[in-house]
Amino acid sequence: MRNYLIRRIISVLPVLFFVSLLSFAVIWIIPGDPTAAFLDASATPEQVEALRDNLGLNKPPLLQVTEWYGQVLTGNLGQSILMRTPVLTAILERLPLTLTLAAMALVLAVLLGVAAGVFAATRRGTWADQTVMTLALLGLSVPDFWLGLLLIVVFAVQLGWFPSGGYVPFMQDPAAWLSSMVLPTLTLAVVQIGFIARMTRSAMLDVINQDFIRTAHAKGLSELYVVTRHGLPNAMMPILTVTGIIAGALLGSAVVVEQVFALPGVGRLIIGAILSRDYPLIQGGLLFLTLIYLLINLGVDLLYAAVDPRVRLE
Amino acid sequence: MSTQALDALPKAQSPFLTFMSRLLDNRSFVIGATLFLFVVLLAVFADVITPYEPNANNFRARLQPPSAEHWFGTDHFGRDILTRVIYGGRLSLTIGIAVVIFTGVFGTLIGAAAGYFRRLDNIIMRFMDALMAFPSILLAITVAATLGASVPNVILALGIATTPHTARIVRASVLVVREMEYVEAARALGAGHARILFRHILANSLAPLIVRLTYVFASVILAEAVLSYLGVGPPPPAPTFGGIIANGRDFMVEAPWVTLFPGLIILFTVLGLNLLGDGLRDVLDPRIKV
Repeated sequence: MRNYLIRRIISVLPVLFFVSLLSFAVIWIIPGDPTAAFLDASATPEQVEALRDNLGLNKPPLLQVTEWYGQVLTGNLGQSILMRTPVLTAILERLPLTLTLAAMALVLAVLLGVAAGVFAATRRGTWADQTVMTLALLGLSVPDFWLGLLLIVVFAVQLGWFPSGGYVPFMQDPAAWLSSMVLPTLTLAVVQIGFIARMTRSAMLDVINQDFIRTAHAKGLSELYVVTRHGLPNAMMPILTVTGIIAGALLGSAVVVEQVFALPGVGRLIIGAILSRDYPLIQGGLLFLTLIYLLINLGVDLLYAAVDPRVRLE
Repeated sequence: MSTQALDALPKAQSPFLTFMSRLLDNRSFVIGATLFLFVVLLAVFADVITPYEPNANNFRARLQPPSAEHWFGTDHFGRDILTRVIYGGRLSLTIGIAVVIFTGVFGTLIGAAAGYFRRLDNIIMRFMDALMAFPSILLAITVAATLGASVPNVILALGIATTPHTARIVRASVLVVREMEYVEAARALGAGHARILFRHILANSLAPLIVRLTYVFASVILAEAVLSYLGVGPPPPAPTFGGIIANGRDFMVEAPWVTLFPGLIILFTVLGLNLLGDGLRDVLDPRIKV
């Protein structure tokens, strides 16, 4: 197990290298002079030069990259141009909201998705199976930002059950916090419930037809016991895989959902940075989100090894 | 064997016909194809179907609810929503096709190179892993926003965001097929790398690629809507699904139809493509059962 752990962690390093290089390269991709985004035409050449110096654009590329790595490795992601605060501080302030939102959506999606998938698989071919699977397909075909808007109209504007947007910190008022998180969590979860339900159903169908399930039934075990103790554990691998993929997708969708519900999370921060071309913030934000994504996937891989001994022996 | 004996055998059906008849027996495929074809026909015959111009303002008909003249109502400029949705569909489908071609070509080339030339494998796939580590919608937003909002840039952004996964899928099937005996036979007969790769390996690795491209199409329709909604899609007044929804957001209470209908059409299109993909997967790759 320890060898597997070490090998898996080492394999993340080259990916991390490319990711950081790509995050850094954002500033080179843009056609024209990056400073043009911040200064209008009336800026004096001195102002342009000062900003170029500030962004480090006057140094040779290799030196720029080396310095960027030097900074990143010491936890310094630079200074946001528009917010005039350190990038790391800006991100860390907003990270808890995004992570909580994504985590709540993931838990909801896994609970409902696995339940729906098992339900459908054990009733294969019946109308119940078809209804659940149609709903799952609808769920993963719906544009999430549009669903969010509809939920706002129905549950916030018409019924007035939840706020239509904005955020109340947990420490300030836990009830209001929960109320402000319900609709975004639901919006974020719907698409993923569909994915997990489909994957669970297919994984369960593979398992359900195997001999040991028949044996379990023949022993006279109850249906519930067979499904939860013999079936589901053996269907866990594909479900875990899809959960890992979803955790990454959730980070991406959270960006959009935060925008719809005006939640001050990392996603909204990064979108704002991208739209206003705040390069240090874009670079830092992208690096941070991908780092989280890689950590999640590392976690999923380690879970594999814990669930299935064959993986760590490979 | 005499010719009479040969005639007595049941006629062999061409593989293509067998394939088509299995597709047409597949309910997902038929429903999905119907839905998708409907949207395609709307987009192709947009100027025949609707008498309105997608960008023609009519301030006497602002924010009108659905009626006989305006089936889907009008927006705050008095533009006919049905017209804008249909023309938006035209733009979305065009972008979808372009991205599918982009990811099909580059994903195949990259995936084939990684799978066939083992020495390139590690470096290429680590780079693809890195691209895949960015949440793809965020990658697309970044590329589209840095390059500037325009149709070609949206295509490029979504192409870059979808290609790593396509490459991974092609690589996986190339890895399997390259070990087949007929590939060894081709090599023994003196076939070059290009011939082996394109005629023998890729031709036999197409099934997962076709299924993948159908799902890419669906996800591109969704992603393009997100980009336009956030304002980094094709610039206004171009009618886009996401753009119409973003316009309707400010009038969601008094004029919900502006938001409702474009979303329904997106749902319709994506649902059709997903069903199409499910059907193709069932028929092309019977090993995976969903």
